[in-house]
Amino acid sequence: MSPEMIRLIANSTGETLYMVAVAALIATLFGLPLGVFLATSGKGELFAAPWVNRVLGVVVNATRSTPFIILVVAIIPFTRLIAGTSIGTNAAIVPLTIAATPFIARLIEGAIREVDQGLIEAARAFGASPIQIVRKVLIPEALPGIVLGLTLAVVSLLGFSAMVGAVGGGGLGDLGIRYGYQRFMPEMMLAVVVVLIVLVQAVQSIGDRLARRLNKRIRHA
Amino acid sequence: MCHIDIPDVTEEGDPMNAPLGYLGEQAAQRLIPAEPIVRLEKVSKTFPGRDGQPVTALQEINLAVPQGSILGVIGRSGAGKSTLIRLVNGLEKPSSGKVIVDGADIAALPEAALRHARRSIGMIFQHFNLLSSRTAAQNIALPLEVAGYDKADIRTRVDELLALVGLSDKRNRYPSELSGGQKQRVGIARALATKPKVLLSDEATSALDPETTRSILDLLGRINDELGLTILLITHEMAVIRNIAREVAVIEGGRIVEQGDVFEVFTRPQHEVTRSFLADESGRALPPYVQSRLKAEATPGSQAVVRIGFRGPHATDPVLARLARDLNIETNILSGSVDEIAGRPFGTLVVGVPEQALATTLDFLNKHGLDTEVLGHVA
Repeated sequence: MSPEMIRLIANSTGETLYMVAVAALIATLFGLPLGVFLATSGKGELFAAPWVNRVLGVVVNATRSTPFIILVVAIIPFTRLIAGTSIGTNAAIVPLTIAATPFIARLIEGAIREVDQGLIEAARAFGASPIQIVRKVLIPEALPGIVLGLTLAVVSLLGFSAMVGAVGGGGLGDLGIRYGYQRFMPEMMLAVVVVLIVLVQAVQSIGDRLARRLNKRIRHA
Repeated sequence: MCHIDIPDVTEEGDPMNAPLGYLGEQAAQRLIPAEPIVRLEKVSKTFPGRDGQPVTALQEINLAVPQGSILGVIGRSGAGKSTLIRLVNGLEKPSSGKVIVDGADIAALPEAALRHARRSIGMIFQHFNLLSSRTAAQNIALPLEVAGYDKADIRTRVDELLALVGLSDKRNRYPSELSGGQKQRVGIARALATKPKVLLSDEATSALDPETTRSILDLLGRINDELGLTILLITHEMAVIRNIAREVAVIEGGRIVEQGDVFEVFTRPQHEVTRSFLADESGRALPPYVQSRLKAEATPGSQAVVRIGFRGPHATDPVLARLARDLNIETNILSGSVDEIAGRPFGTLVVGVPEQALATTLDFLNKHGLDTEVLGHVA
């Protein structure tokens, strides 16, 4: 492999990591409160607002059921508004964030719903407010599940980020399409796939390890 | 206004004391025969049912828990006892009636005031409900963090509480590393953190083995004794009531069917449900060979089966010997037991009595202050 190729791969890997990291960060920023709200706003729950809950649920489902490649194209005007352009890594972050937010929200909702209702009851019994229950009980107790959910989201984002390569988003996907596919360089394609595999493995094992460390429910020596 | 003054559990110099002005008032309160600290007045609770029909969980409940007492509510599952205990700290709102705790109408308090009032009502649970992500000490600290105490005060208080429940050496253990009994001790320490006046116990020993149950009940008894903390507990276990409660209310179908001093209620049960709880106790049930042959009517040559209750001072009288000696009536002992209810001895003896001597025997026994009940006849 030529030094030029290695430089290209390193650059693209950097772009991919940048897109995924920024998108994951922003999506978590929006997805966490959204997920907590979805998990606590049903009938008779802490922030009971069954109608808002239902409407948000529909919006989240609609976003999640839109194929990513269609989402990318469909929101181009919005992307231009936010990023000032519709091509390049910064522009790619917009659709990545929009796709990941509802995904993360659902994963966090699931993790929060796993928390034993008895803990909410106990916290109410000693005088905790709904906000305190979220901050001091629900999120800490759901943390191992949340970390696993975020790991899954980052892995999905790595896949999505390769897709934005197809519409000029930069990163490893872009490299694979332009060099590997259009310039018939199978070794480049292979390198891109290998780097992605390594990234996914790394993210997954870091996430697993972190979740295991945070999980105090099971005794490990 | 709700009173959030906190009983002075520990020695002076406690950093978390209520404003000084309250101390005088508290001392004065001790002199006046106390108004019950928890009072339920004609409380009813209905839930919306699944088919749209409302389900009545509690009906016209009147209950008073005197200051410093231990009152046990016993009932089968579904009798409404969980709903009842949740009314006391406002986790449930009554459909009608009043719930007065320490002078405040819990059901009428706005959310913020209710949260404040809950700090003076501790609660422990069947499944402990500890945070798995926090150590024993951190679990105990949680109500204090929520109440806004500063770090140094929390540390002091948590240390005191760990010592009180005998878990000082387990402070940094997570609940998954503790036994059931230890978890409940953490639960108790957490419930006491904000120095409540009332402790609610929701089947706190139902998930524990008899020996651990015993040690938890001993701890609760000690806390009641030393801290003067009022305890309201619900249970389906006779043993819990017998070991710790001074007063009992028997609940069935959303109503309190019997209520009073534990010894009185359980030695002279009036209601069928109360009797059935007693029958669960070993030694009180009829032996199967008698039970299977028991008839409602006397037949030629049959014997009457009589249950005799020995209460308090009579529990050790040799009454049957006297019956034989003075009246020449020989009885046939079918089963019997002597145990303790609320610290007082109570014996039960089931005997067979010749039919022709039944009236005389009952007369004799009643005259000696014993309770009798004719259960039936066996051939």
